Amino acid sequence: MFDFGIVTNWIDSWLESVMPQWAATTIECVLVGVALLLVYALLALFYILYERKLCAWFQCRLGPNRVGPWGLLQVFADMFKILIKELIAIKGTDKFLFALAPYLVIIASMLVFVNLPWGNGLQLADLNIGVFFMIAASSIGVLGILLAGWASNSKYTLIGAMRSGAQMISYELSIGLSILTIVLLSGTMSVSEIVALQANGGWFLFRGHIPAVIAFVIYLIAATAETNRGPFDLPEAEHELTAGYHTEYSGIHFGFFYLAEYLNLFIVSGIASLLFLGGWQPFNIAGLDMFNEVMNYIPSIVWFLLKAFFISFVIIWFKWSFPRVRIDQMLALEWKYLMPIGLFNLVLMALVVVLGWHF
Amino acid sequence: MDLSIFGIQSVTLIVVALITGAFLVLAALVIAKLISPRSFTVKKAEPYECGIPTRGESMLQFKVGYYLFALLFLIFDVETVFLFPWATICRSLGENGLTAVLVFLSILVLGLAYAWRKGALQWK
Repeated sequence: MFDFGIVTNWIDSWLESVMPQWAATTIECVLVGVALLLVYALLALFYILYERKLCAWFQCRLGPNRVGPWGLLQVFADMFKILIKELIAIKGTDKFLFALAPYLVIIASMLVFVNLPWGNGLQLADLNIGVFFMIAASSIGVLGILLAGWASNSKYTLIGAMRSGAQMISYELSIGLSILTIVLLSGTMSVSEIVALQANGGWFLFRGHIPAVIAFVIYLIAATAETNRGPFDLPEAEHELTAGYHTEYSGIHFGFFYLAEYLNLFIVSGIASLLFLGGWQPFNIAGLDMFNEVMNYIPSIVWFLLKAFFISFVIIWFKWSFPRVRIDQMLALEWKYLMPIGLFNLVLMALVVVLGWHF
Repeated sequence: MDLSIFGIQSVTLIVVALITGAFLVLAALVIAKLISPRSFTVKKAEPYECGIPTRGESMLQFKVGYYLFALLFLIFDVETVFLFPWATICRSLGENGLTAVLVFLSILVLGLAYAWRKGALQWK
């Protein structure tokens, strides 16, 4: 596997040879910021088109196909259109909170980006409490949504935000429990170590026996709910609540929530591929050397993105396969099924680890 | 260790991400303010809600059920925070650690069972 650390180390040593340490660090920080912005924008554009095309195919439609080949330029047109829309100032809103909400939502997703294992040596920050930091950072998004609904001076947004808040905090428990199960198996919270442990095709989904599979299924369901998507999109159930918590936002203000929704979809898929599908590790089968050689030839970043896109595909698939749930069903599913199963699964995994039943 | 890309401290990079996120929102807002049209009418400033005029205050009391779930969430979220350190060293603690955590978990499961029995998990 090509180690991107070589490139970054080379840039680092070159910069430090031509200028003092502090200037080099500043330039590197700016580089990281630009890279983050670029990745953020590109992924958002990709995801908007990806979802629209997939939705179209699930419904036997063509999807966007007028602007550019296969509608590739449609997203750029959409983004431009959303920029030139008027920002309407609503009467009676809490102006400070109304303006603050998009910041929180965007920053929450940006923080998780720092910690994702993009490729071999491409991880930005490698905290020793990596996955824990991800849960903490992504839960800031809930605050943004609650603020947006509360500050909008509209009853529908309030109901939408409350539903969304109840849903996201409830399902966060299941996400936490399934992440905990994998931390138990790997014995570390550092993202790079979790990825390193899954080398040579030993993805945790295959290695962790039944508890890892159960954790994966729970994670997928909880992630769908966490991103307010699929059958769990009742916070923005359009026939009941207009558009949920972002009804009163217009123009680019609305665009931020739209962006964050897609980026959150990518983030939950990325975390799933990190925990269960080996992060950027290629798919290897022990014994098949030729096959492994070919697989190792594919760059690590492609592996990571492909896995994340695959899981996003599954989550989008959910949306078109299941009808929307009611709020009582949604809460019952979490508190009466996923949560007890998750706790039981945790004990099972602890047994597997302590008694050494794993591979 | 805690060192990351370019050998910068992780904390610095997190601050960079914070600033980048805020910058993205700010820059997009400024661009939008510059190129988007602006007009003001009394009708336009009203909340859209569902299309008909809003009646009364909107920041009002809401269903208590949400609070119940938030309280339950708090208990179990703190529980997971306690379990994370144990999870990282579970292997070296062995069976004794497992027994201790099982006691801890069973107390919490009792709490969940109590809430369930009391009907706190029922959406009314």
